[in-house]
Amino acid sequence: MAESRLPHPDLPPPASIIGPWGWMRRNLFSSPLNIALTALAAYLLWVAVPHLLNWTLFNATWSGDTRADCQANSGACWVFIRVHFEQFMYGFYPEAQRWRVNIAVLLLILGAAPLFIRTVPNPVKVKLGLSLLVVYPMVAFVLFKGGLFGLPNVETSRWGGLLLTLVIAGVGMAAALPLGVLLALGRRSKMPAIQTLCVTFIEFWRGVPLITVLFMSSVMLPLFLPEGMNFDKLLRALIGVTLFQAAYMAEVVRGGLQAIPKGQIEAAAALGLGYWKSMALIVLPQALKLVIPGIVNTFIALFKDTSLVLIIGLFDLMNTVHNATTNPDWLGFSTEGYVFAAAVYWLFCFSMSRYSQNLEKRLHTGHKR
Amino acid sequence: MNSPSTARAPLSEQSMIQMEGVHKWYGAFHVLKDINLTVQKSERIVVCGPSGSGKSTAIRCINRLEEYQRGRIVVDSKELSNDVKLIEQIRRDVGMVFQHFNLFPHLTVLENCVLAPIWVRKMPRKQAEEFAMQYLERVKIPEQAKKYPGQLSGGQQQRVAIARSLCMNPKIMLFDEPTSALDPEMIKEVLDTMVALAEDGMTMICVTHEMGFAKTVAHRVIFMDSGEIIEQNTPEEFFTNPQSERTRLFLSQILHN
Ligand SMILES: Nc1ncnc2c1ncn2[C@@H]1O[C@H](COP(=O)(O)OP(=O)(O)O)[C@@H](O)[C@H]1O
Ligand SMILES: [Mg+2]
Repeated sequence: MAESRLPHPDLPPPASIIGPWGWMRRNLFSSPLNIALTALAAYLLWVAVPHLLNWTLFNATWSGDTRADCQANSGACWVFIRVHFEQFMYGFYPEAQRWRVNIAVLLLILGAAPLFIRTVPNPVKVKLGLSLLVVYPMVAFVLFKGGLFGLPNVETSRWGGLLLTLVIAGVGMAAALPLGVLLALGRRSKMPAIQTLCVTFIEFWRGVPLITVLFMSSVMLPLFLPEGMNFDKLLRALIGVTLFQAAYMAEVVRGGLQAIPKGQIEAAAALGLGYWKSMALIVLPQALKLVIPGIVNTFIALFKDTSLVLIIGLFDLMNTVHNATTNPDWLGFSTEGYVFAAAVYWLFCFSMSRYSQNLEKRLHTGHKR
Repeated sequence: MNSPSTARAPLSEQSMIQMEGVHKWYGAFHVLKDINLTVQKSERIVVCGPSGSGKSTAIRCINRLEEYQRGRIVVDSKELSNDVKLIEQIRRDVGMVFQHFNLFPHLTVLENCVLAPIWVRKMPRKQAEEFAMQYLERVKIPEQAKKYPGQLSGGQQQRVAIARSLCMNPKIMLFDEPTSALDPEMIKEVLDTMVALAEDGMTMICVTHEMGFAKTVAHRVIFMDSGEIIEQNTPEEFFTNPQSERTRLFLSQILHN
């Protein structure tokens, strides 16, 4: 008679692979080289961190209104940032009109908030997103520029600071993505004329540095335009940034398009969907989802590249900060200024990165096989 | 699969598909050679033949997923041309089921089914969903409606693909080896669905090597080799009394497996 066999009980794993000690053994001390690198890293942290904390926090000056208030402490003079804060945010936008900017920001936050709420159904989100993309820029433009509905006119040359950075980045992203999608589709088109046009466009704009594009748009373009025709400097920068980033976006999107199996397009065609419907409903949703990391990468690059507009004399966040450091009353605080600018850029870029990771997770459907 | 209701009713004389002298080349490679085929309304045709003989290419010409260089094809009294609108119109009435299902992975089963009725037939969403649920019930998976294709077994996915085609209310169904990517235990559930469809009088062309299915359901079996139709006959004659040497060789090979 066969003895009934007891199932083997689940044993706890050995201590060496779990817990903090196990983690450290695997990640920090797994080989002599790793032990050496861990020691080196620990030493560098030991040297650098106290200095950093002292400068930014413990020895820093937080209150006061003039540079004299900072003399007593050896750390950072954050008073410099506080005094110039409004300027960093709005540039030379007239103080009495800054409420218009605040309203526009508030509208954006209210309008975009439902997009981030999980319980809002997707079709509503799509409609809201599209109307934000089309309607909001017009509303914001009227608010910023004025000249309508009794709002005093504010020339674009007075827009500045973070406001200008966000305008350039926002317009650049909102325009570069759709344009990039069209270019990517065109590059894969069966019509030779369209394909050649798109390839030429993409290769031209990818081949020149953005700084050259901006420089040419401000210095050389006027030479080709008829006498007396004045083309807004900001508009020229926007067009330059958009076309430049659209070329990169096109290649990112094309990567996604290539990953979609031919069977998907055939199935859509067999159901009677035409080219645009099968692209919009079947191919692009899958392709764009695949390349979210690449799209966000391009967005982040675009956001930081907006700082190059200082070359054509626009006062974005970077140039405004730079300008403040040359203020004779506040000489010698460029470190504080650039650390602040870096922190703001980082905050925006990091948020985009986190949002994209979140989006990827939510859009994941079913098992990958 | 031997239910009496699959007994072949006499055919009406209305032809749904006519292929006349169709030739196709891939570059210099002559893949279809003078294909002539007329399919009547409610007729069920099984196409078989060795791999690479041009079976897929031939049926994909019918809904113009492939172009052809010579000959003509008339589907439901409309002659195929390069007119995109005409092609889209014909595709609405010709359902196709693929070997690898080709479901849309980013959409749920129900969304897969209602997409074309809504966007191509302009059906209101509510009505399209009711319609789709009926067809999902017919292929016996209404409970999977909210799942994504990636969460289903192969057999279930293929049944969804059939339901998706049926939602367009097609006059003709084309099947391109619908069971050859499936594990053996799932083949029957898909074949049963196709038999049920045959009982409803659907005009069908089915590329398959399931000879049991051919024997019960087909009015005619067509054998293709190297781009040609070598032989066509009723299933009884085809299996018991093949005319050509190539057919005999092919049958001996697949019946041995
Ligand atoms: N896009 C293509 N380009 C070139 N040759 C092709 C292409 N598609 C199929 N073929 C060739 O055409 C022949 C017929 O293919 P197909 O119709 O898929 O055969 P079957 O479905 O009978 O296995 C094969 O030899 C295949 O290699
Ligand atoms: Mg095939």
